[in-house]
Amino acid sequence: MKNIVVCMKQVLDPEVPLSLFKIDTEAKLAVLPKATPPVLSPFDENALEAALKIKDSQPATITVLSLGKKLTRAVVKASLAAGADQLFLLEDESFGDFNTFLTANALEAAIKKLGQNDLILCGIQAADTNAGQVSIGIASLLSMPCITFARKVELVGDSVKVERTLPEGYEVVEVPAPAVVTTSYEVGALREPDVEAFMSAGKKPLTVWNAQDLGLESGITGRTSFLKMYQPARDTRCEIMEGASPEEKAVKLVTKLKDIKVI
Amino acid sequence: MSENKGVLVYCEAAGGKLTPMATELLGAGSRLAAALGEELNAVLIGSGVSDFAQEAIAYGAQKVYLVEEPFLKDYSTEPYLMALEEVVRQVAPEIILLGQTATGRDLAPWLAFHLNTGATMDCTALEIDPASQRLLMTRPVYGGNALAVQVCEFNPQIATVRAKAMAPLAKDSTRQGQVIKVAVGIEPAAIKTRVIERKMEAAAGVKLEEARVVVSGGRGMGSTDGFKQLAEIAGVLKGAVGATRPPCDKKWIADTQQIGLTGKVVSPDLYIAVGLSGASQHVSGFSSAKVIVAINKDPEANIFKVAHYGIVADWKAVLPAFTAKLKEVAG
Repeated sequence: MKNIVVCMKQVLDPEVPLSLFKIDTEAKLAVLPKATPPVLSPFDENALEAALKIKDSQPATITVLSLGKKLTRAVVKASLAAGADQLFLLEDESFGDFNTFLTANALEAAIKKLGQNDLILCGIQAADTNAGQVSIGIASLLSMPCITFARKVELVGDSVKVERTLPEGYEVVEVPAPAVVTTSYEVGALREPDVEAFMSAGKKPLTVWNAQDLGLESGITGRTSFLKMYQPARDTRCEIMEGASPEEKAVKLVTKLKDIKVI
Repeated sequence: MSENKGVLVYCEAAGGKLTPMATELLGAGSRLAAALGEELNAVLIGSGVSDFAQEAIAYGAQKVYLVEEPFLKDYSTEPYLMALEEVVRQVAPEIILLGQTATGRDLAPWLAFHLNTGATMDCTALEIDPASQRLLMTRPVYGGNALAVQVCEFNPQIATVRAKAMAPLAKDSTRQGQVIKVAVGIEPAAIKTRVIERKMEAAAGVKLEEARVVVSGGRGMGSTDGFKQLAEIAGVLKGAVGATRPPCDKKWIADTQQIGLTGKVVSPDLYIAVGLSGASQHVSGFSSAKVIVAINKDPEANIFKVAHYGIVADWKAVLPAFTAKLKEVAG
């Protein structure tokens, strides 16, 4: 039986309309809009799909870890509905902001507490920080390799075999298990839960651990801090082509581009 | 903290020379080093990298550290990290800059965790705070909807930099510098990751990152045929075709042509955005384009807040006349 851990972060919906997006400059974080609930970070959903694909072909237990200050149960339990076997919520007041170092340490502690595993899957980067550091941080703290940009992940014997995207192509690599692997969208969209999975999600084990349960020292400071967070002013004024028909507008546009010497 | 001095730039090379990214990092690094009154150094790791040492000096490096081994020909985390750590140990820089490239995005966090410091990714602006003398790093967050300014209290301060965000120095081949070879005892057998296969699938035609004109399509293109029309326009203007993520997902165009936060960053003179809404994640990939044009039937689309010129209409009705007139004027 293979043990797979999937780290899934609850984030502000990256598809939130710009008109609803607001930064709290005091808190140095975005305000969670009431109109749009948070979601699981999209690349983390791909990570769960990668785990489920492995489970399709061999016996595996999928454990989802989700870390945050205040996790919305309906959001994080979607992972169980999709097919994960158990969910551990790492919830603590100190888990609130973009703290790479603290997050990596907390996830490492949780993974160690879970026991033996063969594979740890994460998305390439979270949709709010866009940083892509925590997965590498976890690997570093656990002394494991971290294979990024996976588009196909397999557990073959005692190895993790990954097909990963390169800027101008791809490569296939193999490392001894356990390893951390990060997934992008090429791995496939997270499958829709079937009715059975949806119904049984409520019965699957859900455990909540806080910083103390994880044995974390209080007040772990990040290695970087935020001085400021703000929304840049959008000052471009778009000149819309006028015309009686789309064709006329098209001709006007070409003329304009020629006039400004860009073509 | 006071033992760390100078700026160290991780340089990559491709196609027989330093990458544009490397020259941009050296430009940024030189300005930071000047503000600190310290040295700018470069590090090159790979096989045959001594070929690029003089170029790094011409672009501003005072010393160039080389780790050269035949088995370092292709990037791999473990040996490259070992090599970089050894150079960092010897040089003890205060600031390390890498590109927000596949390699930089890998090495920077690894280095930060190994050295118990912080890395700040995909920076679009860097400056030295005159009071604290610390590096202020500005980077987009929330898919580009917001900007954050970060500072690292630990040394070395590590930053990866977005492509096209910084200006290189003018190349000066008369510039003098030192080339230092660093020996790193890497046991190839100790490397855990085994590469079974590697395949390059470079797209034909003008490279996106080098194109003067980029014509991009989004979900609104509807099909591969839609992209053929964009290719025709790109052909007339000697440019390249780009895309947002949905067309790549739907296989209307190759993944390698994706532009955005998780795709490529381009900085053309002209960016024509067709049938795409202009979500921040995509805008992040072309916001430094000189002239941005949008063609979209939705007047409320975000792209119109980013574009300089636009047409509010269905691209199907616009492109034929647009292409015909282009051929007349620019063909």
